[in-house]
Amino acid sequence: MTKEFAVPFHWRRFKERYQLVGSVCDHCKKSYYPQRVICPSCRRGSHMKEMIFSGKGNVHSFTVIRVPPEGFKEYVPYIIAIVELEEGAKVLSQVVDCEPDDIKIGMAVKSCFRRIRTESNTGLVLYGFKFRQE
Amino acid sequence: MSGLKPVREVAIIGIGITKFGEHWNLGLKELAVQAGVKAVDSAGISGEDIQLIVGGNMSGGLFTGQEHGSALLADYLGMNPTPAIRTEGACSSGGLALRTGYMAVASGMHDFVAVGGVEKMTDVYGPQATTALAGAMDYETEAYFGATFPGIYALIARRHMHKYGTTRRQLSMVAVKNHENGFHNPYAQYRRKITVEDVEKSAMVADPLRLLDCSPITDGAATVILAPADIAKKHTDKPIYIKASAQASDTLSLFARQDITTLGATVHAVKEAYRQAKLSSKDIDFAEVHDCFTIAEICAYEDLGFTKKGNGGKLIEQGETALGGRIPVNTSGGLKSKGHPVGATGIAQIIELVTQLNGEAGKRQVKNANIGLAHNVGGSGATVTVHILSRDR
Repeated sequence: MTKEFAVPFHWRRFKERYQLVGSVCDHCKKSYYPQRVICPSCRRGSHMKEMIFSGKGNVHSFTVIRVPPEGFKEYVPYIIAIVELEEGAKVLSQVVDCEPDDIKIGMAVKSCFRRIRTESNTGLVLYGFKFRQE
Repeated sequence: MSGLKPVREVAIIGIGITKFGEHWNLGLKELAVQAGVKAVDSAGISGEDIQLIVGGNMSGGLFTGQEHGSALLADYLGMNPTPAIRTEGACSSGGLALRTGYMAVASGMHDFVAVGGVEKMTDVYGPQATTALAGAMDYETEAYFGATFPGIYALIARRHMHKYGTTRRQLSMVAVKNHENGFHNPYAQYRRKITVEDVEKSAMVADPLRLLDCSPITDGAATVILAPADIAKKHTDKPIYIKASAQASDTLSLFARQDITTLGATVHAVKEAYRQAKLSSKDIDFAEVHDCFTIAEICAYEDLGFTKKGNGGKLIEQGETALGGRIPVNTSGGLKSKGHPVGATGIAQIIELVTQLNGEAGKRQVKNANIGLAHNVGGSGATVTVHILSRDR
């Protein structure tokens, strides 16, 4: 009963996962990841534009996953962090090339392009951004 | 938030709950029917009096392959053609069921409503259950990258420790207290006392959260019967009155929030609940809060106004939330010891409030229990319901 989806489910997200693309509201200047059509602060007054984040930020909080969901067993233990990007938005992904004991809140990180997992039935390889120490 | 103006007051006139645990011999429908029949019996009405069934269920589909649990329940309760609705808000599905049933009675649309919750979680293996529960968070931006549900609460815990100095020991004390309470609850899954050392030696799940910081995988069901307050005493000597029924939403993803150490939806829902009941946090005698993880109970103390923000760890340390403390929390054992069949939890909390308010909680009875609060959370706080119950109308 592994959750596996048809290709378009992933294909339509390539941009936001490969390049860390989000939105910025031209009205209030707040940035968001992932993309939104409506700015929650300005609602109908919002004016959303595509924004490519620099990928630079710092660790806001972190954990080390020891009990993984389906598809992530080979990576255990792996670090999951919320990263506050320099543009203001926060995102969640893994921090790699870092030992679980070395991760700290406030650590400067930069995004990198990595494999996320391989689907077992279709063999589809899923990619996306992760972070590593800058 | 809009101001709710009920047309009439609502009472709870009957309750029914299954034992929580691993029920190898009972499926989704048997669990729900068992709790439903008990509730109807205790309400002193007949099934034919029920005009609406509302059932909370998070993921019958992923846990048992069965969606459409509402109609399944009406069918196996032998109650066709009574209308049945399923509510879903992840782990707050039960709270949503109560609120939906409350609205049906308060509005005058229906008189007798059966409100239940059920989850059958042990028909799948661990990783599949983890995957099913991961659906409570933002699937495409959190689960996609390998986040788990304990992992999301671990992010909250780590930041709370960093910002407020909350300690590992304080987290452990939440689990110890709830197991102490659950020991006295005949319906609880784990009736076993534990120590701080047990918690801190248990397997790491997602740092800093260990196995005994986490609520378990549980099968169970719970049902309450609602009726207009004006006719409640015709059916029971001890009706319990719903003084507030509030709900709020927040971002599905944790990372999108300004402050990840507070559940904004809890803050909004409880504010609305206190407004409806014309009460403040000081008036609450005891509470059932959503301790899916130990850190969640500490955040709940703060967000519900039982203490100031950042002080939750000290509240548990000072024993204020223990039985006999200033405001006993999770006398049922909470999700931690009683068990957490996700769709049933919100109703099971209500059953503990009713049991306490009726003075029928035995060794875990709160003295002078007049007003109780139930706090039910979906996901990492994207849906929250708060209900306030009173012995007096």
